[in-house]
Amino acid sequence: MSAPGAETKLTKKDFVSDQDVRWCPGCGDYAVLSQVQKVLPELGVPREKFVFISGIGCSSRFPYYVNTYGFHSIHGRAPAIATGLKATRPELSVWVVTGDGDALSIGGNHLIHVLRRNVDINILLFNNKIYGLTKGQYSPTSEVGKVTKSTPIGSVDHPFDPIALALGAEASFVARSVDVEAKHLQEVVRRAHEHKGGAFVEILQNCNVFNDGAFADVTEKASKADATLVLEHGKPLVFGKNRDRGIRLRDFQPEVVELGNGVTEADLLVHDERNPALAYLIARLGPPRFPTPIGVFTAVERPRYEEALGAQVEAARKKSPPDLRALLDHGDTWIVR
Amino acid sequence: MPDGAATPQKRVELRDAVVIRFAGDSGDGMQVTGMQFTTESALAGNDLATLPDFPAEIRAPAGTLAGVSAFQLNFSSNEVFTPGDDLDVLVAMNPAALKVNLGDLKPGGILIIDREGFNEQNLKKAEYERSPLEDASLTRYQVFQADVTKLTTAALQDLGLSARTVFRCRNFFCLGMTSWLYHRPIEPAEAWLRDKFKKTPELVEANVRALRAGYNFAENAELFAVSYEIRPAKIAPGKYRNITGNTATALGFVCAANKVGRPLFLGSYPITPASDVLHELSALKQFDVYTVQAEDEISGVGAALGAAFGGAVAITTTSGPGMNLKAETIGLALAVELPLVVTDIQRAGPSTGMPTKTEQADLLMAMYGRHGESPVPILAAATPADCFMMAYEAVRIAVKYMTPVILLTDGYLANGAEPWLIPDPDRLPEIAVDFRTDPHGFFPYLRDQETLSRPWVLPGTPGLEHRIGGLEKEYLTGNVSYAPTNHEQMIRVRARKIAGIVREIPPLEVVGPADGDLLVVGWGSTYGAITQAVRELQAAGHRVAQVHLRHLNPLPADLGDILRRYRRVLVPEMNLGQLVRLLRAEYLVDAIGFNKIQGRPFKVAEIVTRCVKLLNGKATEERAR
Repeated sequence: MSAPGAETKLTKKDFVSDQDVRWCPGCGDYAVLSQVQKVLPELGVPREKFVFISGIGCSSRFPYYVNTYGFHSIHGRAPAIATGLKATRPELSVWVVTGDGDALSIGGNHLIHVLRRNVDINILLFNNKIYGLTKGQYSPTSEVGKVTKSTPIGSVDHPFDPIALALGAEASFVARSVDVEAKHLQEVVRRAHEHKGGAFVEILQNCNVFNDGAFADVTEKASKADATLVLEHGKPLVFGKNRDRGIRLRDFQPEVVELGNGVTEADLLVHDERNPALAYLIARLGPPRFPTPIGVFTAVERPRYEEALGAQVEAARKKSPPDLRALLDHGDTWIVR
Repeated sequence: MPDGAATPQKRVELRDAVVIRFAGDSGDGMQVTGMQFTTESALAGNDLATLPDFPAEIRAPAGTLAGVSAFQLNFSSNEVFTPGDDLDVLVAMNPAALKVNLGDLKPGGILIIDREGFNEQNLKKAEYERSPLEDASLTRYQVFQADVTKLTTAALQDLGLSARTVFRCRNFFCLGMTSWLYHRPIEPAEAWLRDKFKKTPELVEANVRALRAGYNFAENAELFAVSYEIRPAKIAPGKYRNITGNTATALGFVCAANKVGRPLFLGSYPITPASDVLHELSALKQFDVYTVQAEDEISGVGAALGAAFGGAVAITTTSGPGMNLKAETIGLALAVELPLVVTDIQRAGPSTGMPTKTEQADLLMAMYGRHGESPVPILAAATPADCFMMAYEAVRIAVKYMTPVILLTDGYLANGAEPWLIPDPDRLPEIAVDFRTDPHGFFPYLRDQETLSRPWVLPGTPGLEHRIGGLEKEYLTGNVSYAPTNHEQMIRVRARKIAGIVREIPPLEVVGPADGDLLVVGWGSTYGAITQAVRELQAAGHRVAQVHLRHLNPLPADLGDILRRYRRVLVPEMNLGQLVRLLRAEYLVDAIGFNKIQGRPFKVAEIVTRCVKLLNGKATEERAR
């Protein structure tokens, strides 16, 4: 890339705005912000070409803290705004930062449609399974029975799985990472950027005030190796502290198996990012019977919305060059003298 | 059929104006017939106005009262301002069409009927106990019964078409008859058919034959003894085309974006009666037009706002129910101060209401339908052709003042049509946009001293990276601020910015005496009926004047003075009194509302009658004094 502005090497500092960060001390959002700010200068994109768009919620404060173009919009609508921007300015690198309430509740419709259309934007969904900004109501990813201020005797709502939802919405890139897994998160964010098409990234993020420890099993040192399944393209699904367990498919049902005693890696499911059916199967894995998969579930190429739209405009221009006079002077006309 | 040469010369009478309505089942092609008759009339040099009236259902059960579709046209050798009050001619293809429309036919008016349409089955569907053709119920009219179906079938018999196809050519037979009756040229309809059915030549042949058969039948048969001539109208010289409000709206936006030199972006969700603007613009991509059919109304306006952030000329189009859903994003647009045009093609509400019927009851929603202090400029088109200039003006104001603008039209303007003096695109007003590129001294909310608008910056401009959002902002920097006095300052500056748009509004045109007994104030699509009514009142010697508002917020600077120069002020509106409420609040004048909420435009006579009553009331009061 030889775009102007990219010649001077950018650093993390270039992506830190002059605004005070106002998340609660200990919030997982700090870690995500920091990793994103680390990755952005390495993407070969001039700073002025980045645009961060958000909705409402704790995560949606994100654009204020990144020194790029930014738009803190209204609840749930960031994907719609991003669609209009990317459709007319495809050369920009457009990011949507959202949360489980913003993207899956009030903005659910926009989320599924932006993914279906495959608009080439990157969506970072911070999932903390709780409403933080409104001070602790259950969210569409909260587990059944969740006791919150609005569900004092437990929530009766069945939750969404964001990954399964994104896959169901035909997303061409679907990944999951964890706020405190710095390297993994950086890599996933980079992959999302590199993907040509709509990229959906769920980031498991701890709200230490209203839902502390929601993902403790995948973040605590003692448990995380056994509770996490790290997806790698072309590799068998192996996990565990001693990498001695894996996921096998029997009668179309996944099961956890111990390696050894005649069971080898060759018996395990092998991850394939290009196979959305497999991605959906893996998306259904998770506690209590299975480890939580993280990494890229699927990455497939299909036509991008803004590219197809731009191509239609271009084709129309070639077919009939724009002529305003002819446009107005169209159809049956008559002259009055 | 008798030979042309043997036909006795029929009498020709002169008429100034004719109001004709084609009515039939929604599958009978009445809209096409009406539009073709309109084109013929325009080419004959008449001034005209049209009003389609169709059921909400795509295909209501055939022959039923709910399924009646109609198209009305007023054509004249004088200036025309409305589609006409009462009908001189009604073409009724079946009993249901007769029943629904007969009440609008003048006594002595011409009633043209397809006799075969009045069979037992259709009479039953139209809830007639016996045929109106056989009792005395039509004696007040000149009834012309023609065997349209039989004659059409005879004309097409050697073409080997299905009975159904033949039946669907009946409308062109009727067009032929009426074209002869009013000396319309049928060549434009033939040309249209050739183009429309170019892939199915047999349909061209069938319809052209039906058209000619109808024309010849009217000329030769004994049915019609008289035909009518309507001489060309004296209208401003130039090149004209017929245009509907929705087409004019679409073209206005295209021309405005072209003038700005940026892409036009439409985010929209299909809704009656606004969808045609989406259709029109989707077919104009060569003009750098991007259309997104969004997943919902909210996304439509959201995508438009995103495009505006990126520097496009951004618009969204909808009707009342969609406006409700867009309110939140309009609020965001005015808080972040980005240009956006929201077109509300009003229809009868509340809720789903009557989607295909017109109303102008969204004015107060446009004014006040958002939380917080959230003023936006409001424009309203007065006629179908006026939609072009008002759409253009809406864009001009939006980009100059960095604000969302609401453009109000309505179902009547959207589907109604009138001749349009085709403008020269090079002579349209300038729309200058100066994207900020200089980082020196830049603040996102640094305001232009005159307009108070903030700079528009294209993302991608180096050194001007900044964040905007819906949270309250610090006056200059745009940083988030909860400071009490800053909030009031921002509320006031946003209000001042919109109020300042008054400098863009030209002086009002007062039609009539500069002072007098009565001023009729209108806005939107009531223009035609009010204009015609005021003309008639003036001709009758009344001291009556008219002003018509195209700018509803802010209101024109000279309006207050004008209102006070008349003893009475009457405000006809297709709502329960919305503008009248604004005028009374703003100017403390005792304006009186005149309200009709029937999904139909005012008739000229209704306004005349109301004005006369007011004028006489005044006389009575004065005598009493």
